[in-house]
Order: sequence, then structure tokens, then C-alpha cells
Amino acid sequence: MKRTNTSVLSTVVSGAIAATMICSAQAATDGQVKLGILADMGGTYADICGSGCVIAAEMAIEDFGGSVLGKPIEMVSADSQLKPDVASAIARKWVEDEGVDTIGGLVSSAVSGAVSKVNADSKNITLISGSASNSFTTKACNPYNVHWTYNVVALANGTVKPMVQAGKKKWFFITADYSFGHALEGMASKVINENGGEVLGNVRAPLGTTDFSSYILQAQASGADVVALANAGNDTVNALKAAAEFGLTEQMDVAGLLVFTPNAQAMDPATAGGMRLTSGFYWDMDDETRKWSKRFEQRHGAIPSMIHAGVYSVTTHYLNAVKTAGTDDSDIVMKTMKETKPSDFFARNATLRPDGRMVHDMLYVEIKKKEERKDKNDIYKIIKVIPGNEAYSPMLPQCNFS
Amino acid sequence: MATLFDINLFALFGQLLVGLINGSFYALLSLGLAIIFGLLKIINFAQGAMYMLGAFIALLALKYMGINYWFALILVPLTVGLIGILMERFLIRPIANEDHLYSLLLTFGLALIIQGVFTHAFGSSGLSYAVPDALKGGTKLPFMYLPNYRAWIIIVSVLVCAGTWWMIEKTKLGAYLRAGTENPQLMQAFGINVPLIVTLTFGFGVALAGFAGVMAAPIYSVSPDMGSNILITVFAIVVIGGMGSIGGAIITGLGMGVVEGLTKYFYPEASNTVIFLVMVIVLLLKPAGLFGKEA
Repeated sequence: MKRTNTSVLSTVVSGAIAATMICSAQAATDGQVKLGILADMGGTYADICGSGCVIAAEMAIEDFGGSVLGKPIEMVSADSQLKPDVASAIARKWVEDEGVDTIGGLVSSAVSGAVSKVNADSKNITLISGSASNSFTTKACNPYNVHWTYNVVALANGTVKPMVQAGKKKWFFITADYSFGHALEGMASKVINENGGEVLGNVRAPLGTTDFSSYILQAQASGADVVALANAGNDTVNALKAAAEFGLTEQMDVAGLLVFTPNAQAMDPATAGGMRLTSGFYWDMDDETRKWSKRFEQRHGAIPSMIHAGVYSVTTHYLNAVKTAGTDDSDIVMKTMKETKPSDFFARNATLRPDGRMVHDMLYVEIKKKEERKDKNDIYKIIKVIPGNEAYSPMLPQCNFS
Repeated sequence: MATLFDINLFALFGQLLVGLINGSFYALLSLGLAIIFGLLKIINFAQGAMYMLGAFIALLALKYMGINYWFALILVPLTVGLIGILMERFLIRPIANEDHLYSLLLTFGLALIIQGVFTHAFGSSGLSYAVPDALKGGTKLPFMYLPNYRAWIIIVSVLVCAGTWWMIEKTKLGAYLRAGTENPQLMQAFGINVPLIVTLTFGFGVALAGFAGVMAAPIYSVSPDMGSNILITVFAIVVIGGMGSIGGAIITGLGMGVVEGLTKYFYPEASNTVIFLVMVIVLLLKPAGLFGKEA
């Protein structure tokens, strides 16, 4: 009896697995383009890619004309809650039951990793705009990943390299204790060592730490020239606040390795003023960026972060490719996307490499001091434009999906 | 080797002092919770939201009404306390005779709603509140640089904690309160308005969270999730200290700040779990908490 039960069970299970495999082996090539936007609607990253990411995608669809391949473009959106399991469940439902062709937005590297796996199985395209890890085009690369906006390599090259070359040789890290923080610290340490600097020490602070004073004291005692903050969001803001309070900013430089515009706005200009960082986009760069950003601000109520602009740019590039290819077949669309150069207010001197990495000009900016600011949105001064090939690392041969 | 040892000793002193500062913060927060949790037996999960509310009201009052930090220290706790009183009167009292789980779920729901509304209105990135001019700068100690504002936190927390302890344990009002929660029927028979005492006590406990919020605004990013981040830790402190023990909450708050500070120095990765580890050990060895009365 028991044996029969087990065999029935195993039949059901294997049947179910087989069914999923059949289902997931095909993307919806039905001529109906449907986008899914996964964002953080109410968590720590809601300001950098929450409802703003949905608005950016909507704007891209509207500006494109609202329809492609003779049918109106559809869009769905959902809250990833920054949880990989939630994100992959939503992604699976979208691509398997609802005919979603591509999933974009995607903030938090853990979430993007989960979605990218689901999409790779079903041959759906993943348009990553919000995540920092470089694994999507290295150790976890697949033919359907598109990584827009930025990554940890660009941040480390952009921010760390000029400081080491300017003689700031000794570094200390305050790192967010999860995959993103580790990746960023690792990449930055590599750049420091390659340029003749040294890393004196690090502390791994849990994500969501409120009080950084202990870590600031340790950084102060290290004798470093620069204290690098390999974290993001409120962690960066709180760490910088404590650094100023304990007088660290007067003895050492503080380098925020990943700062988004809303975070820069949340920092006290008296302490953040003069800090230099790398960004994929700044709203006030030229007329083109200002024009788009004004429209975005009217709908969203705040200036766009680089992720918002990235979502618009990648969505537009995807839709253009669908139109040119005349199909929503993922393989053909990916090929077209990689063959055409992305070009808009965001993507400058850009190419989408065969590994899925979008290489474009990055900006090395300085946070303005209080007296330099005209209003609350006037936060960065552009120091220089970093050419894409200097910011990003070369493609790995095993990720060449041309 | 001696110099190395000296440097380490100095660093250790610094960490101890920083731990003590954080501890006085925890003491202030756990005090309010201990009063509500210990005396009224209400599990108030909205305490973190009230702390966040305190910080936000201080910030908005400064921005829109020009009310500075010093006035905010008085006005904000009163406002938050009033919100607490309304909350107790209209939401918690109707379910006062139900299981404790009801008040837990109610206050948890409230906390989520308040946090959600603030995230919607102000975003998730946080806002900044400047340190008041009089408390800017710091003092150079032999082993560390002590910001004046942090020294101020220690002084104020100790005063507020000691004052509250004295009021509850040593005054007639405190005696009424303790008796009223111990045996409401008897006190009612003596002509004491027990429901009023309960409402006011709840309001006072919540006001303490609002006060802590104002104290926190200049040093931490004022953001909608600041309360939920700290709430569970503070609950753990109240449990370690022993339910119903006001003195226990204060001493444990200070102690846990130091324990956490030392963990941040020796093994930072464990700094957000060490308090829970202590909680588990204490619950295993002394289920009523360090200063709680055995039932």
C-alpha cells in the first residue's frame, strides 16, 4: 500500500516537473508585446526604483507610440518586496501564464539574479536596470540578460581609481554585509591594489544598521587616507552622518561608492559637499537630459535617479528592436538589440555587447556644497565624463553570446 | 607590543563609551515599552512607529512652523502622547478584554499603515535634521573624539529614565498606577478612575517613544522604516530586563548597548544578532528576565 502511494506520488511529481519544463521551454512568440516591471514599491529602494520605474517604462511606451507589430503594447507591474523568492514566483507567473515577453526594472542584485534564472529557462529577456552586481555578465551570464545603467566595476573604476592615482593610497572599507556590498568591496579593492594602493582593513556592517559610530571609530583608528562606504541607501546616509559627527570627515576622505540622487539629497550638504562619486546619469547634464527629466518630474514628483532613466532607455531600445526585427521572438530581438547602438538622452556613446553588458559613458560627479546649490534638485557638479571602455571591464569569452 | 596594547585599550574605551551612548538610547526606548508592556500588559507594536512619528513631527515642525529643536523636545512628545491617548481610547480599549494577541495584531497593523503612509508621502530615502547649533562640535578625549550631541544624549536619557523610575516607584501617582494595574476592581472601589490612569499611562509610554524620536532625528537619517528597524531589538531588551520591571528595562538597555558596541568591535557581523542571543540565554536560565519577578 505504502509503496503504491509513493509511486503515485513520484508519478505526480515527475509529471508536474515535466509539465513545468514543457511550459517553461517556450517564450510567448505571439506578436503581442507585453512588458513586466518588477520594482521595490515600499521598501528601502522605493525611491530609486519603485513607482518611478513603472512611470519611466510607461513614458517609454507612450513615446514609442503605444503599439508595435500592429498591436497595443501591454504592461504589468508588481512589487518584488526585495525578496528573491517573491520575485521569481511573480516572474514565473508572468512568463508562463500571462504572456510577458520581458521583465525590467529590477532593483537589488538578489532579485535580479532570481528573475534572470526564470527568464533564461523560458527564453525571456531580462532588462536589468537597477542592480549593481557584475555577475549578470560574468559568472551568471546567459544569452537573455541585458544589464543597463551601471555595475560595481564601473563604480569602482569611476570613483576609486582617480582617488588612488591622486595619492590617496591607504583605504578602509565599511561594507554592507551581503552579496552586493562584498562584490563592491572586492572590485574596489582590486582597483586599489592594481593602482599601487593598499587596503588597511574593513568592517562588515549588517544591512540596515542605524548606528555607525562603532565602525567610524574603527575607521578612524585605521590611519587610512580614505574611508570607502561600500553600501547603499540609508546605510550610506547614516554612515556619512556618523562620520561627520565624530570628526572623521576632517581627518580623512569619505568615498560613497554607490550614491543615488535621492540619497544625495538626504545628506547634509555641509558634510556631503565635495564628495565625489560615479553615476550613470545626472538629470541636469544638458538640454536633452533636462527635457526628459522635467517630464518625468511632473509625473513622479521627484527628479529621476539613474535607474529611472535607465529603465526608459532600455525599454525604448527593446521596443525599437522588436519593431526592426518584426517579431517578439526573444532570440531575434536580442540579436537586433546587440546589433543596433542604443542612443538617447541616457545612452551616450553606447553599445550593447554580446555578453549583455550595455557600455556607455559614465559621469564622475561631485556633490555640491550648500552655497553652490540653486535649489533642492541642484546636487551634482560633473567633473568629467568617463568613457564606457574605461569604466567597464572587458567581456569574458565564455559570455560572448553573439 | 606595549604601544599596540595601548592603542587597543584606547580603541576599547572608545567602543565602550559609544556602546554606552547607544545603550542610553535603548534605555529611553525600552522604558516606554516596558511601561506599556509591563504595567498595562499591552503589546504595543506601534511603539516603533511612534518613535518614527516623533522624528518626523520634529522635522516637519522645523520646516513648516519654524519650531526649533528645543521646543520640539517638549511639543513633540506631547503631540505623540496625544496620538497615543486617542489610540488607546478608541482602538485598544474596545478590545482590552480580549486575548493579548488582539492588541498585538491591532498595533502591528497600525504600525504598517503609519509606515506605509509616510513612505508614500516622504519616500524611503530619509530626510536630514541638523544638529542644534548649541550642541554642535565635540570634545577631544584622550581615546576618542566625543561629539557634544552624544554626550547630551547620555545626560538627557539618564535624567528622563531616573525621573520616570522615581515617579513610578516612589510617588503616590506611581503607587496608584501600580495598584490600578494589579487589581483594577479594588482600586475602582476606592474611587480611583482606573481607565483614565490606563489611558494616561499609555499616552506617557508613547510620548517617551516620541521623545526618543526627537533625540534621534539629528544623528540618524529620518526615514519611515527607522522605527521598525529598532523595535524588535527594544522588545528583546524589555524581555531580557524582565517584564514589568522599569529599573530592569533601563539597566538592560544600557547594558545591551555596551554588549552590542563590543560586538561591533570584535565581530561586527554578529552585531545585530547578539542581543537576541543574550535573550535566548536569559530566557533559558531565568524565564522571567534578569529583573522580573518569578510568577
